[in-house]
Amino acid sequence: MTSTQAVDDIVRSEYEHGFVTEIESDTLPPGLDEGVVRAISARKGEPEFMTEWRLKAYRHWLTMPTPHWASVHYPPIDFQSISYFSAPKRPEDMPKSLDEIDPALLETYEKLGIPIEEQKALAGIAVDAVFDSVSVATTFRSALADAGVIFCSISEAVHEHPELIQKYLGSVVPHTDNFYAGLNAAVFSDGTFVYVPEGVRCPMELSTYFRINARNTGQFERTLIVAEAGSYVSYLEGCTAPQRDENQLHAAVVELIAMDDAEIKYSTVQNWYPGDAEGRGGIYNFVTKRGDCRGARSKISWTQVETGSAITWKYPSCILRGDDSIGEFYSVAVTKGRQQADTGTKMIHLGRNTRSTIVSKGISAGEGQQTYRGLVRISQRAEGARNHTQCDSLLIGDRCTANTFPYIEVKHPSANLEHEATTSKISDDQLFYCRSRGLTEEDAVSMIVNGFCKEVFNELPMEFAVEAQKLLSISLEGAVG
Amino acid sequence: MMLSVKGLRANVGENEILKGLDLEVGPGEIHAIMGPNGSGKSTFSHVLSGREGYEVTAGSVTFEGQDLLALEPEERAHLGLFLAFQYPVELPGVNNTYFLKAALNSIRKSRGESELDAVSFLRLIKEKLKILHLNDSLLKRAVNAGFSGGEKKRNEIFQMALLEPKLAILDETDSGLDIDALRVVADGVNALRSPERSMIVVTHYQRLLDYIEPDRVHVLAKGRIIRSGGKELALELEEKGYGWILEQEQAA
Ligand SMILES: Nc1ncnc2c1ncn2[C@@H]1O[C@H](COP(=O)(O)OP(=O)(O)O)[C@@H](O)[C@H]1O
Ligand SMILES: [Mg+2]
Repeated sequence: MTSTQAVDDIVRSEYEHGFVTEIESDTLPPGLDEGVVRAISARKGEPEFMTEWRLKAYRHWLTMPTPHWASVHYPPIDFQSISYFSAPKRPEDMPKSLDEIDPALLETYEKLGIPIEEQKALAGIAVDAVFDSVSVATTFRSALADAGVIFCSISEAVHEHPELIQKYLGSVVPHTDNFYAGLNAAVFSDGTFVYVPEGVRCPMELSTYFRINARNTGQFERTLIVAEAGSYVSYLEGCTAPQRDENQLHAAVVELIAMDDAEIKYSTVQNWYPGDAEGRGGIYNFVTKRGDCRGARSKISWTQVETGSAITWKYPSCILRGDDSIGEFYSVAVTKGRQQADTGTKMIHLGRNTRSTIVSKGISAGEGQQTYRGLVRISQRAEGARNHTQCDSLLIGDRCTANTFPYIEVKHPSANLEHEATTSKISDDQLFYCRSRGLTEEDAVSMIVNGFCKEVFNELPMEFAVEAQKLLSISLEGAVG
Repeated sequence: MMLSVKGLRANVGENEILKGLDLEVGPGEIHAIMGPNGSGKSTFSHVLSGREGYEVTAGSVTFEGQDLLALEPEERAHLGLFLAFQYPVELPGVNNTYFLKAALNSIRKSRGESELDAVSFLRLIKEKLKILHLNDSLLKRAVNAGFSGGEKKRNEIFQMALLEPKLAILDETDSGLDIDALRVVADGVNALRSPERSMIVVTHYQRLLDYIEPDRVHVLAKGRIIRSGGKELALELEEKGYGWILEQEQAA
């Protein structure tokens, strides 16, 4: 449906709205060594502690072998061929108007009801500096400041709140954690920092959307959210509109910290470019997301809707350290065409009476390959720990696959674990039944799929849920027949 | 004529199931089709509503002058065709109200009518529930999921009441129902009788026809209508079984 040429053009012309003018228009040559790490840190004007932090991570990363996973397949990545610091494209190099953009992409934006200015931004068109969302963002920022909530880029936080960064950055996902987390720590470009002080209920849902102009977080994004005792925050990541990016490899790190009685709700709608029909040019998304329920009675809840990327590898996890803390994972993952996804979660029960819930809904169509991998670990100390896991797969067509690997490690006899798993297919009977009532096949598929995902959508903030439903319907158009 | 079927032949795989079926149904008429198990009653219902997996090899089906066989199942529904399934299908997770609203609006849309808003829809749905003595807890559940046999059948008739088709085909809606449920279904069907609405009531037993009085009764055997008559034919069948007609047919 889309000519490869047009897609390539768009992929190459990714909008670079984050970097504004303070960065010189230079790009570091491809390759990675200590000099490059220092240069990144220097260009961002980072304090000494940050440079050292990056270097330590880099030196450790050198000792780490490239990971190989059983369930995803892709050509080896040459880390010396990547440029770790690239300057923004100049406006004259960007497409000038929507006329130059792939009509298929625009059609998707239209279906999602995205305003025209945002369509331009998403499609990578040079836009005038000021558009609505910026002023909206400013209003939100002052409301947040009144509540004492810090919501800014990681780069800003490094300068303005170094004590918080020093205390918390890397405290949940250390650079030693895994290969991509190590790489991210060494070269991360930017990301988001949120700090909610004790007893504060964040007055609004936080979204990267409100920081649209500061959103160029590049391929090595870093997010850190700290919720002090008794606070609450809901954070929305991503955007339902398909995003293009010239960087194929994305290795983000997200760290969440919840103190006593604090709650963090983290919702993601991920819709990176999945590649053309053959899977060429799609994004590799290798993400490390982890929440630390550090305090007693704290709660961290991950909700994700994953429809994009050529390859997704991610396991948003919870460390249930505080007694009576709660971890939740609600996930919808879609693989179609040649997409591959290996996702799941880890619930590490350390504290007493800790509880976790896992609801994973996998939808596979076309030649999509999907693996759910989940670990529930009940430690020796975790008396009275409970987990409920539900893993459902829905297959559309007969060339796709879905696998489920639930791992369980129990070191305390009082643990109470429940596991349910189902695999179903959208049957011809179901489709015919719907059609005989006047619904088109596409309506029928989207209705059945949305019904299948309902438990997860119920966890999303209202507006996000509506968008996610639309997104799912659009991404499964033509999946049947 | 509302529906005109001429010399219809249809295969499933290698097997010819319908072997030259003729049937004419006028507006407002109720036709009963009776026949032994495996005679092709459900096959005929499915071919009329456009189910895949059947190959029509000869004959024609016209519905209000249109070639029905050329249309997709949803297009047939838009024209006013409705099939109450012998085995209603479960749609786990799909809310019944949502499903009904989507179905009704798709049909309204195809007719160039505006979509019903939530309030008018709920009012309509409450009205139809009353006709069928259905509990509105059914509306909150997923389509047919975990419904009892009787609930499923009643839900089919409820859908029919809501979608107000021009031609409804009821495929053994009576089988598996106890006498009370049967009466409720029959009351629902009778409430929907109108000079503009025709029905084909497929049944294995004469029982249903005590409650729904047909204009014509047809016997379907071995893929053809081998005998047609008035409602007294059903009583005769009840008394003597299908054997005698089959014998007469063979002799002829
Ligand atoms: N999908 C199918 N595959 C193979 N044979 C079928 C299929 N559907 C129906 N048949 C055969 O067609 C014949 C008629 O079936 P059916 O129409 O269900 O009869 P009835 O509804 O009158 O009991 C039977 O012999 C049945 O076995
Ligand atoms: Mg039958």
